[in-house]
Amino acid sequence: MTDLVPMMIWRLVLGVLTLVAVSVVIFLSVQMLPGDAAEAILGQNVTPDTLEALRRSMNLDVPAGVRYFAWVGNLLQGDLGTSLASNRPVVDLLRERLPNTIFLAAVAACVATPLSIVLGLVCALYRNRYVDRALNAVALGASSVPDFFIAYVLIIVFAVTWMVFPPLSSIMPGMSLPTRLYQTVLPALTLTLATTAYMMRMTRASVVSVLSTAYVEMAHLKGLPKARVVWRHALPNAIAPIANVVALTLAYLVSGVVVIETLFVYPGLGQLLVDSVSKRDIPVIQVVCMLFASFYVLLNMAADLISTISNPRMRHRRNP
Amino acid sequence: MSNAAIDTGLRRRFARLPLLQRISLVVIVIYAIVVVFGPLLAPYGETETVGSAYEPSSVDFLLGTDNLGRDMLSRIIYGARNTIGLALAISVLSFVVGVSTGLWAAISGGVVDQLLSRAVDVIIAIPKLIFALLILSIAGTSSISLVLTVALLDAPRMFRVSRAAAGNILVMDFIEVARLRNESRVWILFHDVLPNIASVILTELGLRFSYVFLFISALGFLGLGIQPPSADWGTMVRENAALISFGLMTPIIPAVAIGLLTMSVNFLIDSASDRGSELDD
Repeated sequence: MTDLVPMMIWRLVLGVLTLVAVSVVIFLSVQMLPGDAAEAILGQNVTPDTLEALRRSMNLDVPAGVRYFAWVGNLLQGDLGTSLASNRPVVDLLRERLPNTIFLAAVAACVATPLSIVLGLVCALYRNRYVDRALNAVALGASSVPDFFIAYVLIIVFAVTWMVFPPLSSIMPGMSLPTRLYQTVLPALTLTLATTAYMMRMTRASVVSVLSTAYVEMAHLKGLPKARVVWRHALPNAIAPIANVVALTLAYLVSGVVVIETLFVYPGLGQLLVDSVSKRDIPVIQVVCMLFASFYVLLNMAADLISTISNPRMRHRRNP
Repeated sequence: MSNAAIDTGLRRRFARLPLLQRISLVVIVIYAIVVVFGPLLAPYGETETVGSAYEPSSVDFLLGTDNLGRDMLSRIIYGARNTIGLALAISVLSFVVGVSTGLWAAISGGVVDQLLSRAVDVIIAIPKLIFALLILSIAGTSSISLVLTVALLDAPRMFRVSRAAAGNILVMDFIEVARLRNESRVWILFHDVLPNIASVILTELGLRFSYVFLFISALGFLGLGIQPPSADWGTMVRENAALISFGLMTPIIPAVAIGLLTMSVNFLIDSASDRGSELDD
């Protein structure tokens, strides 16, 4: 266990470095592109004076390096700036939207993760039988179609034909949990289907690769009952890749919510981002991008850590 | 004579594919025909208003009309050219950039490899859709900025795959022999490395294409695709989205067009990678 702590610290440092690099990239990509934020906001038909005034009010006349540190410094102190479109502090917008997005992603993840692990196990244990082939074809199909296609099919079936769930999610503050869930069913179901397809295939692949190792065959040859071989011998070694896939899929949810929230008019961060993009509300875009990227980096880091911790060979590896 | 021989060879190879893959191949060929001969097949012009808005399917308009009274079928046919063309341009650019830098990193090693790999780590650490929204919101959504942005975001995957594949080959004995023979890096690359990683990176190119295709459809759906009035499948879904609450299928049609192609490409690649080199005999 002594190797574990420095390694975890090293991973954390790497994660923080990545976040710093990401923040630089997000900041610079706004700076280096042709034109600047002021031009982007005001559009083509604008007098040089107005442009200059806005530049000054946005501090665009200060060197980029200074502005970057000011931006990051403010971010770290919780000052996320002001929205150009609504003139409201970005913090307020986030306070409204962030819980909704977390709720949606959490519901999707809570259903999708156990479902796909069970289905993946079933496929691996009955590989090349009809169950496996059918599930696999469906999963490959589902992961090949755009998310909005799945969403529209669900809307047609559940909202238009059967009229059991609302086609658009109207989430109000102060809603009770059951109503909230009811409004969230269709977007959450779409995300669940999209992620399950992928997670299931990856689970199947990692379990199959463990099941085909020599030591599992040995366990079978010793005459151990099948259940014991699977649970005691095979599964512990498949946990690392599965955990990895789960974390990566949750990371996928980060961008999945953008399309789904827009489609269902679900008042979350993704919809806020798309709205801000169409209004060219750059302070909001930068902060929301940074937030999404941080989630993404954190989840990737978690995936890394889980796969290391659950694998004794990697845990005791003797290299820097 | 030789033509006929090739023909029967292809036919035998086709007949050996499983049913699902055979269907996929036929679908892909149909898409290719629509892309090439689009304007000849379309009953109306790309941006021509020919009826009133949201007309249902009829003899004149097989798939009905869209929100501006344009023929849906014609828009789908022209959209094939725009959307698939764009996805092809992006995946080829990403392939060229990714593979050349990946090979460069693999064969140079050392500082070059470290620098490129760390840069790639950072780009991959940013969710693509989010980053694309950020860049496109500022650079605008001309086709060129769309191609450059998405290719830049996608190239790192190609970089990793080709770097890893080339790394596996570069430790082989025959590379050592070639080095001892004093062959140049370029010679080794083209003569020894590329032929050995071709199947891996080409499979990846197929996967990247279907990924990029879905990605630009999503961008189109979010309003950042090819700009109107050009027909783009993702954008068409968005334009007609309001109809869905009335149970009309119009917005589903371009979504089906998108899904069918990516599904076919994925099924085909799935079988190719399962069968591995068996297909190349």
